[in-house]
Amino acid sequence: MKLKPMGATQEEYYRGVRMVPYDLVKELVLAMAGVGVLALLAAAVFSSPDVAPVTIAAWAHGDPVDFVTTATGELAGSTTSAGYGNPYNTNGPGQSWGPIAPQQWFGNRIPIDSASTYVINPLQRASFSNADLGTALNTWQGAGATPQASWVDAYTKALANATVSGGQVSVATGDYGPLPVMMSNLLGVAQAGGLDGLLMINGRFYQTDYTQALLFMGDGSYLSGLAQQWNLTGSQWGMMNETGWYPGQTWLWLYTMWYQVFPFNSDSGVLGLNAGNADLGIIILMTLLTVALALVPLIPILRDIPRWVPIHRLIWKQYYAPKTTRGSHLIDRR
Amino acid sequence: MDVTSPAVVPGAVKPASWTKRVRQLVEGNLPMDHLLPDRQPYYVGSWVYVFGVVTIAAFAWVIASGIVLAFMGPQWWHDSGLGHFVNSVHFWSVQLFFLFMVLHLWGQYFMAGWRHGRAATWMIGVVVFGTSILAAFTGYLSQQNFASQFVAVNAKDAMNGAGIGAFFNVLNFGQMYGLHVMLLPIGVTVLVVMHIVMIRARGVVKPIDAEGGARS
Repeated sequence: MKLKPMGATQEEYYRGVRMVPYDLVKELVLAMAGVGVLALLAAAVFSSPDVAPVTIAAWAHGDPVDFVTTATGELAGSTTSAGYGNPYNTNGPGQSWGPIAPQQWFGNRIPIDSASTYVINPLQRASFSNADLGTALNTWQGAGATPQASWVDAYTKALANATVSGGQVSVATGDYGPLPVMMSNLLGVAQAGGLDGLLMINGRFYQTDYTQALLFMGDGSYLSGLAQQWNLTGSQWGMMNETGWYPGQTWLWLYTMWYQVFPFNSDSGVLGLNAGNADLGIIILMTLLTVALALVPLIPILRDIPRWVPIHRLIWKQYYAPKTTRGSHLIDRR
Repeated sequence: MDVTSPAVVPGAVKPASWTKRVRQLVEGNLPMDHLLPDRQPYYVGSWVYVFGVVTIAAFAWVIASGIVLAFMGPQWWHDSGLGHFVNSVHFWSVQLFFLFMVLHLWGQYFMAGWRHGRAATWMIGVVVFGTSILAAFTGYLSQQNFASQFVAVNAKDAMNGAGIGAFFNVLNFGQMYGLHVMLLPIGVTVLVVMHIVMIRARGVVKPIDAEGGARS
């Protein structure tokens, strides 16, 4: 936007309006001091949230059955991330709304093979000095898809009634092929903290990308179970909350609200919008609302509401005071 | 103030020097007595005007505490009492920043602050709000605690569903931290400076006139 030469215009704009002394710098300094006192006091009295992060080792110790069930799911390709679609793989269609399918448009940019990343590769490293595990891996990789599917299916069903003893997972006797040996070793590696490191290394020494580890933990129910206790899940208004009683991103109230209402909380929905593509629908909706907020000065009704609602009379009380007193404030309103 | 400076004289010949042209453009659009005025219309005494300045004050505290945290590194606020205190100051300054900014936004809405050629100032303000939300979001992802983990795991679906996740990976701490401590604070600062310069260049808007001054 081109600004008009304000040297003349501002004086013209305020012509006839009574001007009073105003110390802008003093106001800013006082505001800095006041807000600083508030922030320092709040920090001293209330502190801030910092619940320790969950490690894969903690998960493997805290809920070994969930860990093994999730790892088996990764091998079978039945977890959320294994069938996610872009940007992690091409195993799912991703979200779309009619022809609007941005998840497909940008492709497989962060490729992750769930079975290899979370099970096969870590076990191959662990089999270096473990002959039993090496044999089990060879059996698994040498078997066809049909026996693999049969073993996974039987083992997954058995895990529903698994017991835990000494941190180890036991299932009823059955034909699970090499899976019990593989999963027992993977659980051991995870409990020792090895999987936390293996999922971070990726052939690099310096590492700041937690995508693989977080996707794996997100596939299990241990992380979400803890989040439920902290009131952080989507049905609990998610990101508006923080751990403990601390406020989270409360300014996202409108965004998180849409997940709680129709059609975004419904399986059937309307006009193709439903819980299945809620993320895409809500992002589109929020983008439109944000653009509308920016364009309020140009949108009839929205730009007129402030004139109709007399809150401005409260704000500029002095200006709208009865004429007998207003005359002393205003020389010429035009 | 000298309102007859060469920059504002209609028909004045533009100097050949680019430097002089830039100087005259700045002086013409934003003379010092507009940037730092010592007189304001009497109606600026309303309490609603305070929301703007306290928002800036809170932002200054966010930046100051953020600089200390960035300098000391991501482990400091977990391992040291002083680090955790500075992190708490950062946390509460952000909460205050958003509280004041939302009050400022609502105040300006009901004052129809976009009138008389100030629409762009309003629009930049909305962009400041949106960019600040993104900055805070990357901050929550950079905390390196349980909340960061769960926010990241959940937020990825929204980002991926909208196609943004292919480029803006909320599970990648390094990317989120870099954006949070560098690019987004610079973005918010530049936008806030633009917002303030536009306010100071045009001055505060007049009260809504009973004769229909809300439009324009």
